[in-house]
Amino acid sequence: MSRYIVSLSPHEKGTYTVERVMWGVVIALLPSFLASIYFFGIRAVAVTAVAMITCIGVEYFIQKFMLKCEVTAFDGSAAITGMLLAFNLPSSIPLWEVVVGGIFSIGIAKMVFGGLGKNPFNPALAGRAFMLASFPVDMTTWPIPIKTSMLWAMGKTVDGTTSASPLGLLKEGIKAGGNVPEIFANAPQSFDYFNLFIGNVGGCIGEVSALAIILGGLYMLYKKIITWHIPVFYLGSLFVFTGVFWMIDPNHYADPLFHILSGGVMLGAWFMATDMVTSPMSVKGQILFAVIAGVLCGSIRLFGGYPEGCSYSILIMNAFVPLIDKYIKPVRFGKEVNYG
Amino acid sequence: MKLKTFKIGGVHPPENKMAANSPIEALSLPKRVSIPMNQHIGAPANPVVKKGDDVKVGTLIGKGESFISANIHSSVSGKVFAVETVMDTTGYKVKAVIIDVEGDVWEDSIIHSGALIKDIKLESAEIVERIKSCGIVGLGGACFPTHVKYMVPEGKKLDTLVINAVECEPYLTADHRIMLERTEEIMVGIEIMKKALKINRAIVGIEANKPDAIAKMEKVAANFPGTEIQPLKVQYPQGAEKQLIKSVVNREVPSGKLPLDVGCVVNNVGTALAIYEAVQKNKPLIERVVTVTGKKLSKPANYLVRIGTPVDMLVEAVGGIPEGTEKIVNGGPMMGKAVSTTEVSVTKGTSGIIFFDKSEARRKRIANCIRCGKCVSVCAMGLEPYLMEKLVEKSRWEEIEKLAVTDCIECGSCSYTCPSSRPLLDLIRLGKANVNRIRWERSKK
Amino acid sequence: MDGIILYSVISLGAVAAISAMVLFFIAKKFNVVEDPRIDVVAELLPGANCGGCGYPGCRGMAEAFVKGADAGSIAGLGCPPGGSATSEKIGKVLGMEVAAGEPMVAVLRCGGTHEKAPKKTEFDGPSKCSISHAVYTGEKGCPNGCLGLGDCVKICAFGAMYMDDKTGLPVIIEAKCVSCGACVKACPRKIIELRPLGRKNRRVWVNCRSLEKGAVAMKVCKAACIACGKCVKECPEKVQAITLDNFLAYIDPKKCIACGKCIAVCPTKAISATFEMPAPKPKPVEDGTAEVKKEEVKQ
Repeated sequence: MSRYIVSLSPHEKGTYTVERVMWGVVIALLPSFLASIYFFGIRAVAVTAVAMITCIGVEYFIQKFMLKCEVTAFDGSAAITGMLLAFNLPSSIPLWEVVVGGIFSIGIAKMVFGGLGKNPFNPALAGRAFMLASFPVDMTTWPIPIKTSMLWAMGKTVDGTTSASPLGLLKEGIKAGGNVPEIFANAPQSFDYFNLFIGNVGGCIGEVSALAIILGGLYMLYKKIITWHIPVFYLGSLFVFTGVFWMIDPNHYADPLFHILSGGVMLGAWFMATDMVTSPMSVKGQILFAVIAGVLCGSIRLFGGYPEGCSYSILIMNAFVPLIDKYIKPVRFGKEVNYG
Repeated sequence: MKLKTFKIGGVHPPENKMAANSPIEALSLPKRVSIPMNQHIGAPANPVVKKGDDVKVGTLIGKGESFISANIHSSVSGKVFAVETVMDTTGYKVKAVIIDVEGDVWEDSIIHSGALIKDIKLESAEIVERIKSCGIVGLGGACFPTHVKYMVPEGKKLDTLVINAVECEPYLTADHRIMLERTEEIMVGIEIMKKALKINRAIVGIEANKPDAIAKMEKVAANFPGTEIQPLKVQYPQGAEKQLIKSVVNREVPSGKLPLDVGCVVNNVGTALAIYEAVQKNKPLIERVVTVTGKKLSKPANYLVRIGTPVDMLVEAVGGIPEGTEKIVNGGPMMGKAVSTTEVSVTKGTSGIIFFDKSEARRKRIANCIRCGKCVSVCAMGLEPYLMEKLVEKSRWEEIEKLAVTDCIECGSCSYTCPSSRPLLDLIRLGKANVNRIRWERSKK
Repeated sequence: MDGIILYSVISLGAVAAISAMVLFFIAKKFNVVEDPRIDVVAELLPGANCGGCGYPGCRGMAEAFVKGADAGSIAGLGCPPGGSATSEKIGKVLGMEVAAGEPMVAVLRCGGTHEKAPKKTEFDGPSKCSISHAVYTGEKGCPNGCLGLGDCVKICAFGAMYMDDKTGLPVIIEAKCVSCGACVKACPRKIIELRPLGRKNRRVWVNCRSLEKGAVAMKVCKAACIACGKCVKECPEKVQAITLDNFLAYIDPKKCIACGKCIAVCPTKAISATFEMPAPKPKPVEDGTAEVKKEEVKQ
């Protein structure tokens, strides 16, 4: 008689696996990737490829040779970190700096804590913060997407100079004492809503095109990889926060629609804040997380030293996630408590 | 009618109801039956026969002596071969009465004809006494002695009888078939149950994947005022007691309490049929419908089987164990028990035998918890499986108690969904056992 | 210039004095009263704060010892670097019995190796004996036998146990065992027992816990105790250390003199010992072949 397998129920398994989730997110990032090629050329591909290869390679190396444990580098999570890290960088960044960022993202922000599922901070954002602190100039100069010359392929602007992003210009302009409508009028490139939505502005590879990001986000919602709560509440909270100040003083504060379409907040809301490992486990917790992150992002943008606050707002809220999980519990069936 | 459902959690495993169109066949009598004494929740019954005794179908062979216990009757006629310990599904030993089958002689008090008897001659208290003496237990799988449910303590308000005809487990179709084939008897059974509980309202919950059963039941229910049919959304665990009550009457049973505390009594539709037979025909619980199914079976079927029949006979009836079977499950795939050998017998709680082959039998590789929160979102009781699993691994029982682990209904939705294939339910069960042990030790002090 | 020096000295001195007074009052007012035994026990511990005991540092271990002593037992508490000597000293201070005076050792009482008790089913689930025990009788099919999933190995804080993959049973390294009793508690089937080390390390035990009738037990495991009673008869009159209960023989370690006579008579070789019994000298016989036959029968 052959040997039967005995196990505890349930004896069936759903089709939702780690690989499906991870590679689903990679597919959701493809529209942004294609948009980045369109706006920034082959250089964007180079940066993304280098980031992904570094991340997967570092995880493989650490698991196989340093920890000598099971190798899970190809389950898709390192690939996502690589892509998201690349999407947070300007396309003109030197490739060796990308490698350094990749090593930090996976080696320090993920593997040191125990690998997949154990890191408290989003690895791609942690890598970006590290690179911003280490290579401040390279990280804050962006090529304007101009697609008419060969220089496009190398991610350079027409006359070899680069420029700041819409938010950077805004911050500098306000500091210099100007008012918002003037700053927009004098910008080297039109900052109207259409351009912001499509992505025809200066910025990091993956964050410029809101349209591509939203398409990817809708795909993830359809595949049930993420739920709608975090993106909607994050963007909504930022919208309301900046909207309040804009209504008080439209000369000093840009309007809320500009705020949610510019900078990295669209990418952050759909892909970074929703990262499963570093976001709360209950719906109520997720909403709280997203709302406070939106307010923080708005505060940094309007009152802080940096022009862009998205990555820091998410990193700060990542630190609070264990606290949120401890005190905000999901709704229980039959709420009357009985400890016998 | 609009589909109702419960609000929190739930998953939708593929239904695989291959045996839904196979009418119930009575399985031929076995040569020897082995009837265990612990087929129900509560204390095992005490055997009242000995080696060499002659028994008929319906003879009492085991008496339930404590408050929560049930009688056991012989399902065949013949001579008692032995009263000894045998192996049950888990391999652990249990006392059983083994009978060599001779003919098919029934006790004289049992009305053996199949004609419908609509008139209910017994009074409420007599009905409950008859349910007790005929050894009726819940046929939904848990086998709780039914007469205990019907002994409503003073002061409890009761207004609704909920009939669980949901059959949310994939593969199983026994309840589906009895609804199609024995509709009137079930309806009379429900009337008997309402009379026993002294209430007027009964709601039958049926999942929407059984449209023919819903239609037939609605047609017959038109003649039985006070009984409504409520189609329910196809979602697991729709058939769990607490979820079913929430779906049909929108009341939540509080943590640690019983359905009686929200004014409901829940019984399986198979139990309703058994009660009809017990009260109207004086027939004790001696047989039940078992679904034998599996993806590789050529003819999945529903058999009417005598209690105590060896599972080997069921296997033979479907043409032997299919090639490549690696796991055999007693019950449904989400909550059933995997058997270590087919040398066991059918009991009152055996709702189905499912054969799983290589591709379905094995669990997948365990990965790290990716904190996706899926287990939290599918938990029908609103608990946190990922946290309970982590705490069980560190043996922190007091903290697990605070997370209300004893509310867990062990439906298996969390383990089913987990993308990392973590054994969530296994460890939660360990947590429950230890928390119950701690509570028992605490109560002794 | 002088003024500045004087001013600095006075102001900083005042700050220091005020801080000192505040700290003094706070230390007095918020002083935590601790059981003085904790300090005594903490002194006896190595002080390395390695965490090997599973408690937060040596202080945590000291608190656990005192708590255990109040609850009635310090079984299962052990300090790996300190070893049994430390446990004994702490036991004396707390007035708890640590090792009943006699050196003990953990003994595994199951002989169901892969060869003797082949697997009948495959267990697909978390590698925890407690879970497998609750599900069913285990892969070998014996309701009282070792499940081989290593709960005992995992809980041993002294590295005195490891799982032997060839046999499927845990092995206890005598030299490292401090008889803390953690493995005894961890085993859901109570297969491991603390038995005396024995004079000159000689001990004998029945390597089986099966409560099944002989024939049933043999179907599952070839090394099972079938309760034939031969060992009971063989045990010398004056000793009578072996009892038969519930189809299982048990050697009482307090009475056993480790003579080893029972080992040879057991038909399934269910009795194990830490020493080898020398083969009995064959009696001189004229016919060579008969002698050989006798030897075979005795084996």
